[in-house]
Amino acid sequence: MSAPGTATALLAIAPVLVPLATALVAALCARRPGLARAVSLAGALAHVGVALAVLAAVARHGSVRVVPGAWPAAVGIEFVVDPLGAVMIATTALVGLACLVFMASDADPPPASGLLHALVHGLLAGASGAFATADLFNLYVWFEVMLLAALGLLALGGSRRQLDATFKYFVLNVLGTLLLLAAIAALYGLTGHLNFAALREAGAGVGGDVLAPALVLAGVALLVKSGGFPVFAWLPASYHTLPAPVLALFAAVLTKAGAFALLRLYGDVFVPPAALLEALGWVAVATMVAGVLGAAYHWDMRRILAVHIVSQIGYMLLAIALQGPDATVGAVFFLVHNMVVKANLFLIAAIAFRLAGSYDLRRIGGLWRAHPVLALLFLLQALSLVGLPPLSGFWAKFIVLRETLAQGHVAWAVAGFAVSLLTLYSMAKIWLAAFWKPHPVKGWTTPGPTRLGPAWAVAWGLAGLSLAMGLFPQVLVDALAPTAASLAGGR
Amino acid sequence: MSAVVVAMFAMLAAGAYLALSRDLLRCVVGLSLLGMGVNLLLLASGRLGATAPPLVEAGALQLPAQAANPLPQALVLTAIVIGFALTCFALVLVLAVRLRVGLRDSDALRLSEPGEGPDGKPLPLDAPP
Repeated sequence: MSAPGTATALLAIAPVLVPLATALVAALCARRPGLARAVSLAGALAHVGVALAVLAAVARHGSVRVVPGAWPAAVGIEFVVDPLGAVMIATTALVGLACLVFMASDADPPPASGLLHALVHGLLAGASGAFATADLFNLYVWFEVMLLAALGLLALGGSRRQLDATFKYFVLNVLGTLLLLAAIAALYGLTGHLNFAALREAGAGVGGDVLAPALVLAGVALLVKSGGFPVFAWLPASYHTLPAPVLALFAAVLTKAGAFALLRLYGDVFVPPAALLEALGWVAVATMVAGVLGAAYHWDMRRILAVHIVSQIGYMLLAIALQGPDATVGAVFFLVHNMVVKANLFLIAAIAFRLAGSYDLRRIGGLWRAHPVLALLFLLQALSLVGLPPLSGFWAKFIVLRETLAQGHVAWAVAGFAVSLLTLYSMAKIWLAAFWKPHPVKGWTTPGPTRLGPAWAVAWGLAGLSLAMGLFPQVLVDALAPTAASLAGGR
Repeated sequence: MSAVVVAMFAMLAAGAYLALSRDLLRCVVGLSLLGMGVNLLLLASGRLGATAPPLVEAGALQLPAQAANPLPQALVLTAIVIGFALTCFALVLVLAVRLRVGLRDSDALRLSEPGEGPDGKPLPLDAPP
């Protein structure tokens, strides 16, 4: 592998700079919504372009890194994008673009606020930063950027329900970031470093048992951020109050950034003691079960899908708890699959809402007759979430559960299979109620003129991406495997 | 050193007490205090005691041995600024909740979750609260 040049090195930070600049320009055009939208779309396209360039550079060089200010790596704030981070950044950029394009349709559009686009790009910048940074304190800063942007997007609509949700989201997430900050302080105090590479070395010198309390603290903080058991309460309390395109973006990016950071800390930078990983495995199982049972109670499509995010996070936590190259590949594969499919399910639900008139399953129906294509599209994504071959979710679960069995954790694997069955129950509930049964209103017809072109394009695009992942899983696995094998967790 | 530890625990205790309050404003002030307690922890993580200005002498390549650690100060400054932004946002949010929703009791904040109908199933979210 050849050493990357300066221009290539700058690529490591470009996926952060592009959305940050876009957010700034979009905020300056806040008074002119049309201009802000154009800037935002151009910025999102540029973000995708840069993210793909990073992916290409990473495929050539193994990883790209830069320390702004040309400081020595352990002193400056380093950005390193390895194949794992590059894949996450590319998926984030693609889902961001998809959600922005979706906003051009009239399916559950967000309020016409000038700051909407600035906040969306702030969120994308925070997520990209969290995937690219190689500095512990910088990681905290990107989580705060994401938190502030998310709070703005939650409160933007200003309805009573949204303000209520914003307050709950604020309190529980601020507790999470404070825990993260305390964990970072403890890790810095114990090792004297913040840079990931320096921490790897210093952490190995100090030893996992000494670091264990700080690692537990960091783990709990990132469980809050990723929506793990038992600290996921903020998620079902707030997500469903968001307009669909923003909700899809939240579902795709926020919890996944938390899970990825946990993978970075537990599977790459530090080597946690076995008992801690065992505990994380049980937390993962509890997360899966709590999420899927919580979803079964609800009748609002948004709430069912939102609580299901928690359940899916459980599989990713399980993969992190297992450690080892195959589990790491499984975790990232699951993350990418879930970002695409989950976002798309929310967007498809929004199209169903536009056509049938409600998100509540008891008030809608008849969409199979009126729009069989939508019904098939939903089925395709829902079955991918359940994990039926040859869809992307099958490979994600296959890699994780095969590794679970290979390591002899039969109870965890059984829980994984059982939760898949219960996921099927929830998805079948939506499909039967929204699509199969007749509409409860006699003489209901789909609304006349709708502007769903962009929505359809996005839904098909994301479905195509998920299908491609299902049909050619080896492409992604091969891209991730060498890095996964070289991480500390692979030792 | 022990004074910092006492101050930190006092901050954390007061913050936790206030954050558990049902009054929204007290809750925000409590979280802000908790943040300050964590900031003290961050500052202390770089070792306290050394107070000489962290300036490299002309011609030298390293800090003098008794110099203070400048890094936690940079970190804590960042954390203070972010915490300040969050607290400002939260204060406006509490004000908005009080003006638009007419509530200051967090136990009464149930708008985003509409509760159960007579059949034991959740009520529909469609009707605006």
